[in-house]
Amino acid sequence: MNLLTIFLSAFLINNVILAKFIGMCPFMGVSTKLSSAIGMGIAVIFVIFGASVLSWALYYYALVPLGLEYMKLICFILLIAAFVQFVEMFIKKNSPSLYKSLGIYLPLITTNCAVLYVALDNITQKYNLIETIVNSIAVPAGFMLVLVIFATIRERLTASDVPEAWQGNPIALVVAAIMAIAFSAFAGLV
Amino acid sequence: MSESNEKKRGFWSEMIYNNPVFGLYLGICSTLAITTTLNNAIGMGVAVIVVLTISNIVISLIAPLTPDEIHIPVYIVVIATLVTLVGMLMQAYTPELYTTLGTFIDLIVVNCIILGRAEAYACSHNVAESARDGLMMGLSYTFSLLAMSLIRQILGSGVIELSNPMTNQLIFSLRLIPEGFEIPVFTTQTGAFLTFAILAALVSAYKLNNEKKEAAAAKAKADAAKEAAKAAAATAAKVKEAA
Repeated sequence: MNLLTIFLSAFLINNVILAKFIGMCPFMGVSTKLSSAIGMGIAVIFVIFGASVLSWALYYYALVPLGLEYMKLICFILLIAAFVQFVEMFIKKNSPSLYKSLGIYLPLITTNCAVLYVALDNITQKYNLIETIVNSIAVPAGFMLVLVIFATIRERLTASDVPEAWQGNPIALVVAAIMAIAFSAFAGLV
Repeated sequence: MSESNEKKRGFWSEMIYNNPVFGLYLGICSTLAITTTLNNAIGMGVAVIVVLTISNIVISLIAPLTPDEIHIPVYIVVIATLVTLVGMLMQAYTPELYTTLGTFIDLIVVNCIILGRAEAYACSHNVAESARDGLMMGLSYTFSLLAMSLIRQILGSGVIELSNPMTNQLIFSLRLIPEGFEIPVFTTQTGAFLTFAILAALVSAYKLNNEKKEAAAAKAKADAAKEAAKAAAATAAKVKEAA
């Protein structure tokens, strides 16, 4: 039950984009086409899951025993950058077709604040390993859900007649505001 | 945009044109999240100004020594160290503010403005220029935070409040909208997105308007030049005839 609460809270109620405003840069950047939104979503789920579990292990097995908790920010960001680089090289070598579809999104992920946010959040919430795994899947899944819904709306927006000053990002932010109203209804779920 | 054009603009115009938040959509996570009160906006703005200015100075100093292949990790470590320092100082001297801003202090590391300026400006300019650029970018980011937080706080709670972050004492408080008439939606996430959308549209309208004016001026100039050329040709022809 506790795990379900963590999952629902991270997936819908405290949705990373609409409730916490984290990961906005890729959200505005790649949400113009449905296909790229799906590609980015899958890449983000994969990277956040790997990077946060590794960060969790690094924190509890290396930093805490050495008394270096205050170094967590520097260690995590380096770990994330290295992990993304490693994943990119691994996919490039072993699955060129997957690399073709996901490759361009991977370098963008290092600067996605959601990755660092999940790694830090698992530590501040004092989650154990299983809770960390659940949280690290639920947060990027919520990211992908909103990204895909948003991309479908933006594809329709390109065909509509928007005033000149509102074209592009401003109208997209209005759409995000309306989606935030819809998602605030999940607040009573748990 | 040409160099002379950039120079001609005043301070405020430059703030609007090169605004990292509303113009380039960089660093919007923190802009949306922490602008519920004026206090948060000032705290966050000062933290970013400090980190951005120092990181620009350090990076412009070490850029010639850094091998090209690893420059991004090196810059990130510099920025992460500075953010950790600023975070520790805030935790010690302004604990209240540190708790409200929460993870967003840590997330300054991945704020695209800072790495973006390091990559685009600091690594190829000298120390003084980089420091000035960091200060200007930081001010322009703070300016956006202030605009957002003023609108959201006044409409959402009807009061402007400012307190001393060290002692948590109220410096001044002014009620602009009578109780019961405020619009609480502006303090929520929806209000953040809406305020941002309106400000972004205003900036974009300002730019479009300016571009139209510039285009019209350029066209008038070109027309005048054409007329002058015609007149010159005519006089030349007349001179020939006379000859």
